[in-house]
Amino acid sequence: MSYMIALAGNPNCGKTSLFNELTGSRQRVGNWPGVTVDKKEGTYKKDKEIEILDLPGTYSLSPYSAEEIIARNYLVKEKPDAVINIVDGTSLERNLYLTLQILETGIPTVIALNMMDEVEDRGDEIHIEKLSRAFGVPVIPIVARNGRGIWELMEKAAETAREKRAPMKLPVFDKKLQETIDQVKALLEAEGEPDSGWKAVKLLEHDENVREQMKEDLKNQAGKLTAKRYGQEADLEAEIADQRYQYITKAVKDAVTKHSAGCVETKSDKLDKLFTNRILALPVFAVIMYLLFACTNSENFLFLGIPSPGIWLAGVVESLWGGLTGLAERALAGASPWIYSLVIDGIMGGLGSVLGFIPLVLVLYILISFLEDCGYMARIAFVLDRIFRRFGLSGRSFIPLLQGFGCSVPAVMATRTLESEKDRKITAILAGFMPCGAKLPIFALFASTLFADNNQTLVTYSLYVLSIVMAVLVSLLLNKFVFREGTSNFIMELPQYRIPTLKSVLIHGWEKVKGFAVKAGTVIFVSTVLIWFLSGFNLNSFNGKNAAENEDGSIMCGMNDSFMASVGNVIAPVFRPLGFGEWRPAVGVITGWIAKENVVVTFAQLYQEDVTEAYLEEYFSQYSPKELEELGFEGGVYNAEAAGDIYSENILFEGSDENALPHMRDDIQTKAAAYAYMVFNLLCMPCFAAVGAMKRELKTWKETGRAVAVQMAAAYTAALLVNMVGGLFL
Amino acid sequence: MTLKEMKPGQSGRVRAIGAGGPLKRRIMDMGITPGVEVKVIKTAPLGDPIEIHVRGYELSLRREEALQIEMGD
Ligand SMILES: Nc1nc2c(ncn2[C@@H]2O[C@H](COP(=O)(O)OP(=O)(O)O)[C@@H](O)[C@H]2O)c(=O)[nH]1
Ligand SMILES: [Mg+2]
Repeated sequence: MSYMIALAGNPNCGKTSLFNELTGSRQRVGNWPGVTVDKKEGTYKKDKEIEILDLPGTYSLSPYSAEEIIARNYLVKEKPDAVINIVDGTSLERNLYLTLQILETGIPTVIALNMMDEVEDRGDEIHIEKLSRAFGVPVIPIVARNGRGIWELMEKAAETAREKRAPMKLPVFDKKLQETIDQVKALLEAEGEPDSGWKAVKLLEHDENVREQMKEDLKNQAGKLTAKRYGQEADLEAEIADQRYQYITKAVKDAVTKHSAGCVETKSDKLDKLFTNRILALPVFAVIMYLLFACTNSENFLFLGIPSPGIWLAGVVESLWGGLTGLAERALAGASPWIYSLVIDGIMGGLGSVLGFIPLVLVLYILISFLEDCGYMARIAFVLDRIFRRFGLSGRSFIPLLQGFGCSVPAVMATRTLESEKDRKITAILAGFMPCGAKLPIFALFASTLFADNNQTLVTYSLYVLSIVMAVLVSLLLNKFVFREGTSNFIMELPQYRIPTLKSVLIHGWEKVKGFAVKAGTVIFVSTVLIWFLSGFNLNSFNGKNAAENEDGSIMCGMNDSFMASVGNVIAPVFRPLGFGEWRPAVGVITGWIAKENVVVTFAQLYQEDVTEAYLEEYFSQYSPKELEELGFEGGVYNAEAAGDIYSENILFEGSDENALPHMRDDIQTKAAAYAYMVFNLLCMPCFAAVGAMKRELKTWKETGRAVAVQMAAAYTAALLVNMVGGLFL
Repeated sequence: MTLKEMKPGQSGRVRAIGAGGPLKRRIMDMGITPGVEVKVIKTAPLGDPIEIHVRGYELSLRREEALQIEMGD
């Protein structure tokens, strides 16, 4: 017999920390209210029979945000064998409000009284026995962060689950209210509604979800019943919340002895004085954001002349990958040309370009995790809310958008923590505009080849700024014309500042990157092979014509005659007004939808045929032996074997040579067109993985389609303007 | 008087919640119910939202939301 035990509680009460201790699993923890975005399962370390489930935090069983709905639906529909209700000992009253509602569901429950270390530090005392008596279930004090008390907790929880010990009924409501509830309950029971007790309370609370699923007739009858007792204008919703809190206030008063009556200024309060200071808050925020990006992708870290941790790590990964590619090249020396081409150009080349920026994303997310875990993110939302509201969003939209600088997938998922549906939808659209890690190589490629005259950094930064400007504009437009009705609110807990554990920051950062890395390993792997195939083969590959024509008998064809060229040629005219209406750039856009990093991979592959041996020899003849040595030729002597690698490593992606990729110049002739191409790729539909995430958040394909249409329209308009207006100046 | 008019450092008891619908429910779920004592801690640097101390923790809400919370004994 196996048991399912769910962890439920307010955001930030320590559910994830407890989950990690119990399962030994790598589960992200965070201090951003509602950081657990999905429910996650694990097996209890000490008893494989027990499954443990980490639910997203919720303040009440009347859900508001999408993730609160996840928690509530699980509890009331799937019914775990027991619930461990985690209660933050430092703010008992608010936490116990959820407890009362969990108890109403009748699921066997144990209360875990967490953060006991902080309670003790404050010198407060909680009488466990009294609390347990008031709520009619076992209460076990724990410290989730270091594991104190958690084995006793699990023993009690397992016992409660085994014996199906339903919580006893508590005298929470006054006589009149309780009688009304009982009457409605009897009504529901007579109609055969399951969970009648819990639903009766929810019905009186005007819970939308419950009401939607109930028969009109039943609702009317229940309405009449309450009207008879409380009058037409009855506000039972408030009455119920009020009486629950009254019960809790009394119980807490009995059970807790406070060390000091007033509020003492804690360290947390002092920090807060700085971070939300009237004058310093915004400058401090700017500095922190600057540091965040400086650590991630700056060649000259804090002007120290050294690369930033992100760039440094990327360099390490790239050189390791280069070594591996070298090994593969040697191993395949005798293989047939198409296998060699598939492995070296297709697979190793494709994955290599992705591996190059995973470290950047990892460093960014570790830092974001730190800011979340320590409690600063909530303050950023607090400080920025005013600004975001101007654009029709809430300060809480900041975090998904910031995550968008890493990867759109976690960014879109993070919109779940937003309470208002309008904010959620708009933010999910805007997240796709952000310059995610995968888009950076596009900028780097273009900046270094088509904008070679030293303003590369400016080009890249201008795109960052553009993404933000577009986000603001599109949000304003959507608010004005599409989501006129929706409202947003900003009722948010500001958690205590806490120094996060290193372990939790690393786990948290890695969890976000993991999806990204997996995507790189699968989607991109498959798509690079696909691009390689489509751009090296055509129909004649399979009827023998190519083999007959080619000197070496290969069935491959030139890129210009490939399948890819045919596809590209069909859609290219659409992009003609934007300045890049040729098949190769068009193919780049399409492969970018599979994954944005593919744009660069595609370019490298599509323009590869320019890079013939003769071309390379001529190209490198402009360099002196000393320069050749600096570029990586052994002894400063040109050799054909190394030339290809050195060319793509130094010239194509990092160098600053206008003459690189001559055909690219033919296809994208003006700087305005090149910039328009970057703008289009920046703003248009994100990769399919992100669209999948959007579908999950927006629920229907129709909504998702609309969101993508907005992104496409924004991208097309912006790129068109750039090409037209820019054409006049550049 | 409403919570919106209170200055940082001031505290008082909640008398009633004016709003209806989900907003009212949210406010009450977070522990702001009639009779509870709240203290205004500060205003955000740009003037909105505000931070209050209620039932032993810190909560932020916008002024327009605070407008719905009537204070007084
Ligand atoms: N001092 C202390 N901090 C804790 C304890 N349990 C969790 N935390 C911290 O509280 C914050 C929120 O924890 P988390 O597990 O993410 O909570 P969740 O949102 O409920 O999943 C993190 O910074 C944890 O390190 C505890 O027992 N004592
Ligand atoms: Mg969590």
